[in-house]
Amino acid sequence: MLALFYIFIGVAIGVSVWQITRILDFRGVIANDEDNAKQGKYALYFMVFFYAIMIYCLIAMNVIMLPEAASIEGEHDDNLFNITFWLIGVVQFIMQFLIFFFTFKYRGNKNRKAKFYADSHKLEMIWTIIPAVVLVVLIGYGLWQWNNVMDLDDDDAVVIEVYAYQWGWHARYAGDDNTLGTGNVNYIKGINTIGVDMSDVNSQDDKQVTELYLPKGKKVHFKFRSQDVLHSAYMPHFRAQMNCVPGMVTEFGFTPKYTTEEMRMQSEVREKTKGINKIRAAKGEDLYEFDYVLLCNKICGTSHYSMQMKITVVEQEEYDAWIAEQPTLATVIK
Amino acid sequence: MSDHHHKETFVTKYIFSQDHKMISKQFLVTGMFMGIIAVLMSMLFRLQLAWPETSFSIIEAFLGPHQTDGVMSPDIYLALVTIHGTIMVFFVLTAGLSGTFSNLLIPLQIGARDMASGFLNMISYWLFFLSSVIMVISLFVEAGPASAGWTIYPPLSALPQAIPGSGAGMTLWLVSMSIFIASSLIGALNYIVTVLNLRTKGMKMTRLPLTIWAFFITAIIGVVSFPVLLSAALLLVFDRSFGTSFYLSDIFISGEVLHYQGGSPVLFEHLFWFLGHPEVYIVLLPALGITSEIISTNSRKPIFGYRAMVMSIMAIAFLSTIVWGHHMFISGMNPFLGSVFTFTTLLIAIPSAVKAFNYVTTLWKGNLQLNPAMLFSIGLVSTFVTGGLTGLVLGDSALDIAIHDTYFVVAHFHLVMGVSAIFGMYAGIYHWFPKMYGRMMNKTLGYWHFWITIVCAYGVFWPMHFIGLAGLPRRYYSNTSFPMFDDLADINVVITIFALVGGAAQIIFLANYFISIYRGDKATQNPWKSNTLEWTTPVEHIHGNWPGKIPEVHRWAYDYSKRVDPNDDDSDYLHGQDYVLQTTPLLEGEEPS
Repeated sequence: MLALFYIFIGVAIGVSVWQITRILDFRGVIANDEDNAKQGKYALYFMVFFYAIMIYCLIAMNVIMLPEAASIEGEHDDNLFNITFWLIGVVQFIMQFLIFFFTFKYRGNKNRKAKFYADSHKLEMIWTIIPAVVLVVLIGYGLWQWNNVMDLDDDDAVVIEVYAYQWGWHARYAGDDNTLGTGNVNYIKGINTIGVDMSDVNSQDDKQVTELYLPKGKKVHFKFRSQDVLHSAYMPHFRAQMNCVPGMVTEFGFTPKYTTEEMRMQSEVREKTKGINKIRAAKGEDLYEFDYVLLCNKICGTSHYSMQMKITVVEQEEYDAWIAEQPTLATVIK
Repeated sequence: MSDHHHKETFVTKYIFSQDHKMISKQFLVTGMFMGIIAVLMSMLFRLQLAWPETSFSIIEAFLGPHQTDGVMSPDIYLALVTIHGTIMVFFVLTAGLSGTFSNLLIPLQIGARDMASGFLNMISYWLFFLSSVIMVISLFVEAGPASAGWTIYPPLSALPQAIPGSGAGMTLWLVSMSIFIASSLIGALNYIVTVLNLRTKGMKMTRLPLTIWAFFITAIIGVVSFPVLLSAALLLVFDRSFGTSFYLSDIFISGEVLHYQGGSPVLFEHLFWFLGHPEVYIVLLPALGITSEIISTNSRKPIFGYRAMVMSIMAIAFLSTIVWGHHMFISGMNPFLGSVFTFTTLLIAIPSAVKAFNYVTTLWKGNLQLNPAMLFSIGLVSTFVTGGLTGLVLGDSALDIAIHDTYFVVAHFHLVMGVSAIFGMYAGIYHWFPKMYGRMMNKTLGYWHFWITIVCAYGVFWPMHFIGLAGLPRRYYSNTSFPMFDDLADINVVITIFALVGGAAQIIFLANYFISIYRGDKATQNPWKSNTLEWTTPVEHIHGNWPGKIPEVHRWAYDYSKRVDPNDDDSDYLHGQDYVLQTTPLLEGEEPS
């Protein structure tokens, strides 16, 4: 790869030097018919190149993209995304064709006369109204889905605090009362790493963990805090993201749809995992198995690029057993 | 002011010049210098992204204390992306683009002897120069330059404990930007006053070339939004240096609780993006104005839908001030605000679509003179469409939460405002170079420059959409901490190769530019057979632009290929040629267009 890179650099520099030395030979400054003919053809070639990489990427890179949404709320996200993507895809293909094809077709020459065509209210109305109508649909669906995602009213939801610091994550489950005790940086001391107010009755049964376990099919209500700078809790597989802001609590929620095991069996995921493992095997690294992950997506300093927490989605019974094993804060912090 | 001759020394002519033509060249050359720095930085961090653990002697040479054995440190990586963004957005695409072309073209195209205030114009440049110098100095601070991203969100930007670049580097960043804002405001006020008050006889607002409309509206957006960034920066200075808590609250860092209480970073985000979003139109609108002019001239056709073009510039400008929240869907602000900003944001698609369609219709049935400037303008329309369309995904709050701050965003804004605006700038340079230097740039080098650049621009930014859709966050020093991103490594290599080649291709442009200043062919008065007033001035620069009286304007700027019989495309040109200068009076019985 590195050799390839040096070759490319070499070629680029070579071409530059060669061209610069030839600057004295080419005195032309204004495009003549010959230039127009040539450049028009190049526009056509470029169009072919551009369509080729567009289509190649759309097909070949399908495998690297995120798999189907793993949350129930995310279904509509995927749906809306597909609609939007088809729409902009069609417009993109038509517009780029027109731009470069017209450049080719109407390349200038001495015998051609341009059409004097300064205005057409009819045309302009058409391309004002059509985008407007299409947008009404997109905006309508988008807003409906936004309200859907942001609706956190569910008394049965599992309440979990996700706590960000430079550079890692903690999590705290609300315990039997399903209410988190209050927290503040002033309480940070010793093993009370996330500053829980232990004089609050609600804090006693809270459970602090280093990995997230979520029950499948149940709404999870996240509350985010940050200890120092802005972080962003990004859970790409669930189509979820929210900033963690020092000084305030932010919220987000979703309902996991597939357990980690189920997700590993999905064809998209298996395909992607296969690709990744081929690369890892070639480098002699451990094989990768799919896991949900929470990563930091707001620039937060030196180790921003490695700040992560594993998320495991399990069936309700398995979750119940796991959460029962976790010690309450009252027993940990005396 | 042109009536009496100034005695010009070297200093008053080339350094402290008050002539708008000289000031525009000063802006351009300074902007180009800053651009070279910013592009070199992007080359360095692209090396890191493609080959994360590989040692490069070039990194050793450039980054000195911030690397070990030719591998850059994570902190300097963040510094590089921060300064790359800052310089490109502000120093190159705001000052370099607006400063150059507003200065050059506003007086020349409206028929004025100079800017309303030549003195303030000079001050505007020298403040810009000063801020550039400070920004460059900040690169040599021991702990590294500002590293909190070009958006400098506190607390990261406020606390040196959080990242080393938030020490002296950040202080210099804030000083530099404050001076920059002052420069930009003085410039913008000057542009507005000049356009409103100094138009020559007959130059009604409805006859202004679209370039001037774009510069004029851009200046208004600048005046509305830049002061807000200044206040945001000042409050940040207070938080950093005087212990206030505008943006900070409840922070525990380096083992201690800080005293800040009651502030919120979300406030900063609101203030920042109130400038930040209009800023992308401050960058883009001048490029679109330049493109309108060049596409019309080189198509030998009137720009299609002049009125609609002006209205869409105004609509974009208005909407741009009420959409800032789409950068903050996930900031923790009330979800209801998210709905409002989604609505206003997606509305921008309408005027943008009108502009794109109008450009394409202008090309239709034209007689396209494919000069390098024309190719760059066509390239701009292409990248503007490609980048603009993905805005429909990101502007929709429900979709944004899934891909916010990933490489999808990086691809989107680089195409729609980065590459497009740079293309507009190149188009403008190729087109008005004869007006700046009295010589022409070489077209063959221009063609090489264009084709390599557009292939590389798409080679870099098209694949980038897909690594964003794979969930890869931006501003990651390396992707190796997450096995799920392992299959993106090859794509990163491809992107980097395109970036390096594209970056190297700019050498062709620089060589063409500087050699042509001295050795280019002598320009004729109106090389592109254009209608606008700047081509009625003599090739040699003179103070006051026109030797005699300022010419009077009798028509709009786009009477290209006007026919005897408007309904018959085969009829003869009304004025015997396919262009009609704005100074040509209407013939008897001629309908104004």
